[in-house]
This record gives sequence, C-alpha cells and structure tokens, in this order.
Amino acid sequence: MTASGAVLAVRNLEVQRGEQRVLRGVDLDVKRGELCALMGVSGAGKSTVLRAVAALTPFSAGTIQVDDVALHPGSLPPESRLRDLRRKVGMVFQAHSLFDHLSVLQNITLAPIHVLRWDVERANATAIRLLESLGVGHRVSALPRQLSGGEAQRVAIARVLALDPLLLLMDEPTSALDPARRNALGETLRDLARQDRGLLIATHDIDFARAHADRVVVLADGVLVETGTPAEVLMNPSHPATRALLQHAS
Amino acid sequence: MSRLATVALLSLVVASTAVAQSPALRWGGDAEGGAPFVEADPANPSGVRGFDVEIAGMIAEGLHRKPQFIQVAWESIEASVERGDFDLGMSGLEDRPALRERHAVTIPYYEFHEVLAVRPADTARYKTVADLAGKRVGTLGGTTAYSILLDAQTKSHVIPISYDDDVHPYTDLTAGRLDAVLLDNIIAERSLRRSGGFVIQPVPVATGHYVGIFAHDKTALRDSANAILLARMRDGSLERSFRKWNVWNPEEAQYFQGVLNPPKTDSPVTAAQQSVTQTPTAGLASIPHYLPALIRAALITLVLSCLSMALAVALGIGIAAGRVYGPSIVRVLLTAYVEVMRGTPVLLQLFVIYYGLSGVVRLPAFIAALLGLGLNYAAYESEIYRAALESIAPAQLEAARTLGLSESQILRLIRGPQALRLALAPMTNDFVSLLKDSSLVSVITVVELTKQTAIYATNIGSWVIPGILCAVLYLVFSLPLSHAARKLEQRWSAS
Repeated sequence: MTASGAVLAVRNLEVQRGEQRVLRGVDLDVKRGELCALMGVSGAGKSTVLRAVAALTPFSAGTIQVDDVALHPGSLPPESRLRDLRRKVGMVFQAHSLFDHLSVLQNITLAPIHVLRWDVERANATAIRLLESLGVGHRVSALPRQLSGGEAQRVAIARVLALDPLLLLMDEPTSALDPARRNALGETLRDLARQDRGLLIATHDIDFARAHADRVVVLADGVLVETGTPAEVLMNPSHPATRALLQHAS
Repeated sequence: MSRLATVALLSLVVASTAVAQSPALRWGGDAEGGAPFVEADPANPSGVRGFDVEIAGMIAEGLHRKPQFIQVAWESIEASVERGDFDLGMSGLEDRPALRERHAVTIPYYEFHEVLAVRPADTARYKTVADLAGKRVGTLGGTTAYSILLDAQTKSHVIPISYDDDVHPYTDLTAGRLDAVLLDNIIAERSLRRSGGFVIQPVPVATGHYVGIFAHDKTALRDSANAILLARMRDGSLERSFRKWNVWNPEEAQYFQGVLNPPKTDSPVTAAQQSVTQTPTAGLASIPHYLPALIRAALITLVLSCLSMALAVALGIGIAAGRVYGPSIVRVLLTAYVEVMRGTPVLLQLFVIYYGLSGVVRLPAFIAALLGLGLNYAAYESEIYRAALESIAPAQLEAARTLGLSESQILRLIRGPQALRLALAPMTNDFVSLLKDSSLVSVITVVELTKQTAIYATNIGSWVIPGILCAVLYLVFSLPLSHAARKLEQRWSAS
C-alpha cells in the first residue's frame, strides 16, 4: 500500500514525446473502492496517463506507485521485472484488443493458465463465472469478431478480472455503447469498485462520470487542472478547460 | 599446263563461292561434355575443339558447307535435331535401336566399350557388374550404361546412381560414395589421366558405337554424310583425328576394317544394334514399362519436398524470431544468411553441400538434397514470417503484456499463431515452388520425378507421354495442397 493508502499514487508525472511534453507535473491518487474518472478532450493526455501506469509508455520524470510497486523514470524495464505490477494492474483498451485467433473462453483463460499456472478446469470455471456475471455467459465459444461492441467490451473486462487486479485501468469504455448499455456498464464498474479495487477510467463522457464516478480529475494539454467530486467539478467547473469540456459535450 | 592451272583455279573459286553461298552446316553438341568429344577451346573460348568437332568439320567440308556449332544440352540433342535447331547432332551419341527408329542415323564412326572403374583395393572383388550386388554404381543418366545398370538392378540388385555429368561419378568413386562407375572407356581413361585414384577393369561390360543423327526426314543428307565418313575412314583422316585426341587403339583399327570391308551378313549397323542390351518401348505401350519407376521417383519428390519444407519452416521461424527479437549481432548474422541464400542459385548451394563439403562431411545424396532445399527455402520462409510477425497489431502485443505474459509466451501463444495465419498463403505458394525446385537435386544424383521423366523421354525419344504423366503427378501433389490451404484459410477467416 502507498503511504497515502491509495492503490495508485502518481507524483509529478512527466511524459515527453520528442520535443513535445505530453504530460506535465501530474499528481493523481486512486483509493481502494474508488472509481476515478480521468477526463479531458481528445489529446489532453488521458490515455498517456493510463499507458504510463500500465508501463506501456516510459516517463521522463516523477514517480508512479501501484500498491507497493514503484515505477521510475527512464526506459521501460524488461517484462521480467514487471511481473509484480502486471499482477496488480489490469487494463481494458479502447479497442478491447481481444486476441482474434482465440475464442472468448480462451481469451479469458490464457493468462490464468500461462501466468498464474492454474489448471484448465479452474481457469474455465472462473472464466464462465465472470462471463455469466457480466451477462455474456452465452458467448463462451464465440470468436472476438463475432461479438458486438458491448459484448467484446465485457469479455475484455472479464479477461482482466480473471487475474483479480487491484487497480483496473479503462480507456474510453463507453465510446461504443448506447445509453442503456452505458448505464449497465456503470453499474458493473461500481460493483467492481465495491470489491475493494481502484478504478481509473479515462473518459470524456460527462453523463457517465456524473452518474458513476466517485471523483473526477480533469486534464488539459497534459496538465491536471481540476479535481473533486462529480458534483463539484461538473456542476461548478472552476477551470476554463473543464467548462470547454462541458460545453463540447452539450 | 597453264590451261590446267586455269581450270584448277576456276574450280577452286567455284568451290569456295559454293562454300560461301551455301548455308552453314549447323551441328549441335554439348561442350559441357568436354574433351575429347567437344569442349571449349582454351585458345579461343568462343570456339570448340574435340574429335566430334573435327568429324563435324569433315562432314561440312565434304558437303561444301561451313560448320557452325550450336550449344545444346546433351539430353536435348535428339529433340533439338527434330525441331530443326540444327542439321546434325553429335556429342558422343550412342547408337541404339531407339535412336534409329526416330532419326536418320549415320554409320557408327567410333567403337567404344562400357568399362567398370573401381577403387584399386576392389580390383579383385568387382570385376563384372554381377559382382556388385547391393553396391552403388554410378553413371550418366539416360545412357546405355544406365540402361545396363537398371537391368542389373533387377537381375543382381546393383544400385544404379544417376549423374548429370561424367566427372563427379569418378570423384565420388575415389571419395567412397560409389563402389564402381560404369561408363565409356574414353571417359574413364580421361578421368584416370586427369585425377586417377581408381582402376579400369580390362574386360568390357558392353560395346557400343558413336553416331551422328539427322532429323528423321533428312535421309539424303545423312547418306551424303555416311559417304563422307566412309571416305574419311578410308583416307585415314578419322584415324588421325582419333590419334590426335589419344583415343586410337588397335581394336579401333580392326573395327574400321570391319566397316570398310563388311562381311555380307553382319553390317556395322546390325552389330551396333546387337550390342545394345535393352529395347525401350515407345508410345502408349511404354507407360506400363516406365510408370512404376515414375511413381517411385514421384514419391521421392514428395518425401523430399515435405521434409525440406518442414526443415525450412522450422528454421524459417527461428530466423524470423531472431531477426525480430534478437540482439543486433544476431540480426546482422541472420540478415546476412537470408541475403546469401536468396541471392545465390540453389543449384550452386546443392553443389557446395554435396561436393564442396565432401572433404569435411560426406553427406548421402538425399540428405544433401534435403539440406540444400531446406536451408535455401528457410531464407524465403523467414522473410514471410518476419513480415507476418511485424504486421501483428501492436495493441494485441500490449494487451498480452498487460496480462503478464512473457515475450516468449506472447510469441508462442499470440503473435506466432496470428502470423501463421497471415503466412499460410505465401507458404503454400512456396511449397508448390519447392515441389518443382526439387527437380534440381538430380545434379547431386537423386533421381526424382523430373529426372526420371527425362530418362523416360530420352529412352523413348519423345517428351509427349512422359511430359503429360510427369505434369499429372506434379498436379496430383500440388492441387490438393493448394485446396487444403484455401480451406484452412477460409476456416480461419470465417466470421
């Protein structure tokens, strides 16, 4: 656990891409049981924060601490030194990135079998339970390309949950969903947070954040400009960037 | 006297004008066969020399024409002469009944013997073909000697090994890859002089004759050539030429006497016919005779292609993985390997592996063929896999990394299987190419489908039936393979 008791503690995070500073001095905490919405217009740096936390993008300054695992500036460490982080952080990509050549069941059991060394029966049983709890239990033998956008997303969540991560990162989870599905997803994510996880959701979906987030963090041009409860930030925005975001959404 | 001189001068002018005006006598031979038959002239490499060159020159001179040499592969001389590529085919062509059925054949101008060459230690053991049961005996494919060995294969279980040239049988004999070589005494003696290391058994296995051939409808030209040959035998020109090339001996003098004063019942042509041991059948009737050998050769092609492809795929995957994941030194070395293998002919690679490395490791021909094709195709396969590996979406790999899979697990479980699906179509193409390229291994004595077809075609003097059968057999292998690959592709891309 971090000193502040947060699942995720980001301090003074800087990410540079060539000459461009993509993130500048970002501080961010996510606590257990908390659903934190990371908001901002496209290009604000939301995905970069998630990628840095998941050790997919190197950062040039600052620290990232996930529970008791710390990441340091500089080039990415080899995967062999990221095992502890991988066990604690799960990431659901915007495009889901399900493995095209594997069935839904195989997508979910792959990591439990090959990373956690579970036997096939245990992995299958867990996968089926997760799929059923997410309402896609009937799609176990389908291939990813046979799934709808909502189904694919829930399978991607199940794939990450099979590893029981402490911190769940999601990139624009509502982008391909209709309002009913969006609400159902929100409920699912709230349940996941209640299971003592931290959730960091990159989104520019105001309604979703307002309805389901515990806390909202607003990024603009790589800088954290506002943070607070949805009511505080989204009802009474204090920063022009947040107002622009709200205006853009309406 | 001055009148006589004028007439002589005039006739010389007329004759030289005739030579200048008549079309050249185009004659075809294979300079790769070498001296003393036909070889590139060291003094003038664009010209040729040898006793066949001189005899063709004598015939041309007798016809008041200028000789013009046309280079042709030895096994294609018969087909080319009938196509009209040249008038006369000569290059140590052996007289045999099949030749007489298909072409206008000259009188035999030289008598040779099929002789056994063995290593000195085996002189007492292997005196005849019958002594070589279970032993490997090399010769040139498609020759009378090869027919004798095929005959001996049935009768005394000799193992005939077919070569595309007449040099390597002797080097393989001295290297221990063969137990004996059966070839014309001229070739054996030439090799003995050149490199040595073996002995020629004194008792000939068979006797044969060299002839020239014209297209079957050019009998008048052939008759003129025969008259010229007889005249040159009579005036000693042929003997001088043979002496010059070191192939004259008392038996040859005796043979010439027999030709010039033929006993009424035994013409040289009949003698030549009798000296041949096998009578190949022709046309459709030849199919039952040759089909078993063709199918055997087709199986060799199939097994060789499958094993070579398996080797190429295994190595190709390794090379591609090394080039995508390896440290820079490994990448440089593997890139060099791929460029060298793709940039040089597979034929050269086969020669290097089979003959070039024989001082270090003496590989059996089949293994050398398997290695040659496998190592060559591995370079091509690796490029397919590398391109396929690099085309897998980075998001798939990142998703796998965030799940905690190691790089080797990602390659084995995610990237490799997805790349394999992309590589399937070009791999199928390559396998069909390899099936056809496997015909090249006949240069290192593996008799596969194409070689067996060539032997069949040479024996019956036509490519029509052997060609059709050969094509059918290749298609029997390649079509189901393409079909299976298409099905698999469809299944993988099924939505």
